[in-house]
Amino acid sequence: MKFKVNNKEVFASTGGRPFDKKKPLIIFIHGSGLSHITWVLQTRYFAFHGYSVLAIDLPGHGYSEGPALESIEEQGKWIADVIDSVEMEEASLVGHSQGCLVVLECASQFPDKIKSIGLMGGAGAIPMNPELLDLAEKGDPKAVDLMMDWAHGPAGHFGGHPVPGLHHINLGGSIVINGSVKNALGVDFRACDNYKNGFEAAKKIKCPAINILGDRDRMCPLKEGKKLAEHIKTSEVEIIPNCGHMILLEEAGQALEILKKFIRNNHPV
Amino acid sequence: MDPKTYKFDTLSLHAGYMPSKNAGSRQVPIYQTTSYMFDDVDHAAALFNLERGGHIYSRISNPTVQVLEERVAALEGGTAALATASGMSAIFLTIMTLCNAGDHVVVSSQLYGGTVNLFRLTLPKFGIKATFVKPRDTEGFKNAIQENTKCIYGELVGNPGNELMNLPEISKMAHEAGIPVVIDSTYQTPYLFKPLEHGADFVIHSLTKWMAGHGSSMAGILVEGGKFDFLKTDKFPTMTEPYEGYHGLSFAEEFGPVAFTMKARAEGMRDMGPCLSPQNAWNVLQGIETLSVRMEKHCSNALKMVEYLSNHESVAWVSHASLKDNPDYELAKKLLPKGTGSMIAFGIKGGKEAGAAFIDNVKLASHLANVGDTRTLVIHPASATHSQMDEATLKLANMSHDMIRLSVGIEDIDDIINDFEDGFRAAKKPRLVANK
Ligand SMILES: Cc1ncc(COP(=O)(O)O)c(C=O)c1O
Repeated sequence: MKFKVNNKEVFASTGGRPFDKKKPLIIFIHGSGLSHITWVLQTRYFAFHGYSVLAIDLPGHGYSEGPALESIEEQGKWIADVIDSVEMEEASLVGHSQGCLVVLECASQFPDKIKSIGLMGGAGAIPMNPELLDLAEKGDPKAVDLMMDWAHGPAGHFGGHPVPGLHHINLGGSIVINGSVKNALGVDFRACDNYKNGFEAAKKIKCPAINILGDRDRMCPLKEGKKLAEHIKTSEVEIIPNCGHMILLEEAGQALEILKKFIRNNHPV
Repeated sequence: MDPKTYKFDTLSLHAGYMPSKNAGSRQVPIYQTTSYMFDDVDHAAALFNLERGGHIYSRISNPTVQVLEERVAALEGGTAALATASGMSAIFLTIMTLCNAGDHVVVSSQLYGGTVNLFRLTLPKFGIKATFVKPRDTEGFKNAIQENTKCIYGELVGNPGNELMNLPEISKMAHEAGIPVVIDSTYQTPYLFKPLEHGADFVIHSLTKWMAGHGSSMAGILVEGGKFDFLKTDKFPTMTEPYEGYHGLSFAEEFGPVAFTMKARAEGMRDMGPCLSPQNAWNVLQGIETLSVRMEKHCSNALKMVEYLSNHESVAWVSHASLKDNPDYELAKKLLPKGTGSMIAFGIKGGKEAGAAFIDNVKLASHLANVGDTRTLVIHPASATHSQMDEATLKLANMSHDMIRLSVGIEDIDDIINDFEDGFRAAKKPRLVANK
């Protein structure tokens, strides 16, 4: 669905069900350079099981109007604006990678709006490899190839997509390439690299939280995810074996089962 | 710093499969089953509603077939693939997923004979019309695009005339008009050419041919490029608007770069059902493991045959894009640096009669209606593959009665040449008799 936030057009997938203000809201926030497409194996389930779902395209990503927001702090604030724009009081947030930083910022800045948070492949800080950052800021498609290499675990590199026929790395890469390497991925990577408030934000979080981590994650290594979890007083931790950074796709089924249990307990229909 | 994602030869052996998820079995298991157990009612409902991935019924998907799909997607650089019972069913499925009754397609005139008939005779029965354009007539493709045109369809190197389409240029024109390009890349395989890197949006293979190589199994596949954005035009409402068959799902919104494959599977495989058997998928996988080494030998043997035929007194003409006097030589060099494939067309002196004598007297080369076998194959198209076509269509496909189509195998080149010598010797005889 399309709607306006701060007078700019925003696209969000509603998971195949019309948005309904009477249902509890879950907002899904994608990772660097990506879009709502990454969440398709979680969003449809919740949308068909009593929730209103918004898998948003961040500004300048997917079908949302640009430019991309340059800091994680702004992005966190923007998520709160999304909740206001759809005239809801509160939401649960689910983030992936950079989306986790955005969730931390939003939940710590606007504790009254956030019911629970799910973090997939998160970390308290995501410093970027300087060469990767440079390539992305220059708009070099090689940045996407490097990102896809590091973001995927064994399933991504060999195969076995949960949806028959889909190819992990080529699908992930095309989401980024179909956007803008320079103006989306480059801006995102810089925002991640600049962001220093993750652990402070984490300490302020009071709502129920879960960190879902892949033990083969090379983008946000497992120990970084655990460190973040230690800073969130309320956080549960689930570790998925043999899984890389693209948990939401590589182990979509397991990720969904964990989220289902967590959200049903903490933000029931 | 370079990505360490696996490269082509490695992908052709490993892509799509992890032993650790299959009892440690090093070889891909053949899942000879029709259906798959659901965990519970909730799981079943979620699978049917595309809320989660997984297998339901082998008409829709099968784990062995899935390995083949991911492997070909990996080799072509595609976001997704969908394997089918044959190359023809992949073509039909693609067109039926793109088009509705009342739609139109622009099609290269040099195509596999079965495909020509599909566009000329069968699809019009469903209200889908085609305009044929000669492959070298780049502007012609653009001029043929109408308001209701839904794609441009072609083979990079036409069959059997060996004329090239200027795919990069034609793709630009198609995209300006808001329509995708579909390329049947059976003759090239991703070893020689990856259409998605040159502007195509969808790739089709008859896997029956070079991809499998062994000539034992029928199979086809559709590969999605992931770049064509159906939401940017209003030409494809069945991709972009809520689909009644799946609780109002908009494929393009939910699945983006794999939307077409998702729809072709969810709707096409469900309703038309041209599924590939797991055994045949496995057979094709065996072939793909050696794709690179086979294609290299196919191409080097083909070059030697081109040279041999070009210098032969019984040969009137040779058509292969590796020849300097071929109008497509430069374009072929650019698009096909690893080789222009192993299909050669040549004219035999003495016309139809000599052609028949040649074909009946070669022994190593097999006379049959296939191409892309590891064994050398010959046929006389005007009396076989393209025999259902009328004179005008033959002419449009640039075919003549003296044409012999050769699919060069990977036997020892000396043996192929010796065999051809026998054929040419026999082909001369009817002429000598006639001249007396
Ligand atoms: C170029 C090309 N495309 C498609 C086909 C049809 O494939 P199949 O025979 O697997 O149905 C053929 C078969 O000869 C072919 O040569």
